[in-house]
Amino acid sequence: MKVDRKNVASLVATGVFLLFCAWGVWLAHKDFARRAAGGYLGFLTEMLCVLPMMFLLIGVFDVWVPRDVVERHVGEKAGPIAVLWMILLAMLQAGPLYGAFPVAAALSKKGCAARYVFIYLGAFSVMKLPMLGFEITFLGWRFSLVRLLFTLPVFITIGYIMGRSRTCVVH
Amino acid sequence: MLAFNLIGLCILVACFALDRRKTVRSVRRGLTMFWRIVPEMSVVLILISISLAFLTPAQLRQWLSADTPAHFAAALVVGSIALIPGFIAFPLAGVLLKNGASVTLVAGFLTTLLMVGVVTLPMEVRYFGWRTALSRNGLSFVGAVAIALAMGRVL
Repeated sequence: MKVDRKNVASLVATGVFLLFCAWGVWLAHKDFARRAAGGYLGFLTEMLCVLPMMFLLIGVFDVWVPRDVVERHVGEKAGPIAVLWMILLAMLQAGPLYGAFPVAAALSKKGCAARYVFIYLGAFSVMKLPMLGFEITFLGWRFSLVRLLFTLPVFITIGYIMGRSRTCVVH
Repeated sequence: MLAFNLIGLCILVACFALDRRKTVRSVRRGLTMFWRIVPEMSVVLILISISLAFLTPAQLRQWLSADTPAHFAAALVVGSIALIPGFIAFPLAGVLLKNGASVTLVAGFLTTLLMVGVVTLPMEVRYFGWRTALSRNGLSFVGAVAIALAMGRVL
């Protein structure tokens, strides 16, 4: 019931926001409302392009991949080679970081060690391939390469710290 | 984006050919998970678009132009709070660099933008709880500052 109430509140908030935008764009001609509405629609499109497929694949992963396979490769007892698997998995994906949270949760539920879950999130946030292509176009090879060289040890360290200090809680 | 969807579709078709019942079950499970987070995600998107409506690229350029500690701090704060999509953030960073902004500042802005997400905290908390979400963002912030300072030294 608690979740339901939260969802209703979220939907009401969305409705109020859309009404505000409609009022701002068509009646008051506020530039602010037009920018907010444009941004919202753009993000919504971006989300609808990536997330449904992401969740379908999470469903496939959840039903098809046996727990012991996950545990063997990226579980508590898996070696540092698991870091490489997580980075590869993250690099092949697209979309905003909030799309990676459900994937991380699904991994964790299947027995992936907390440290590798956080390494996955770190790799997803800083080194997705589509994003790297964009970065290189606008900032050049040198900038991207140096950033990656410094970022890699940082998010791997963060993953190990997070994995050590608490178990990854998934709701 | 298109490649991602196409590969995903291929995987789904292959699974369907292998085991129809299992695949239907997976699809149903995935869609249920998706519908459950849509309302909350919509609120996060509203927060993001309102913050972006306040922060126009011109304004950001003005804030991030000078090379003082205060501007560096501003870059870190804006980068942490805002969620600016790559197709706006990277060109903007390129312009900043070309106009003579320091590498430290631009790197600080980009790394906090990528690694720390204050407006997406509600989503993160939903999956991991407050404690984990806050410590991940806190550690990422410290890491991002370190990366920015190191990059300023090298480049």
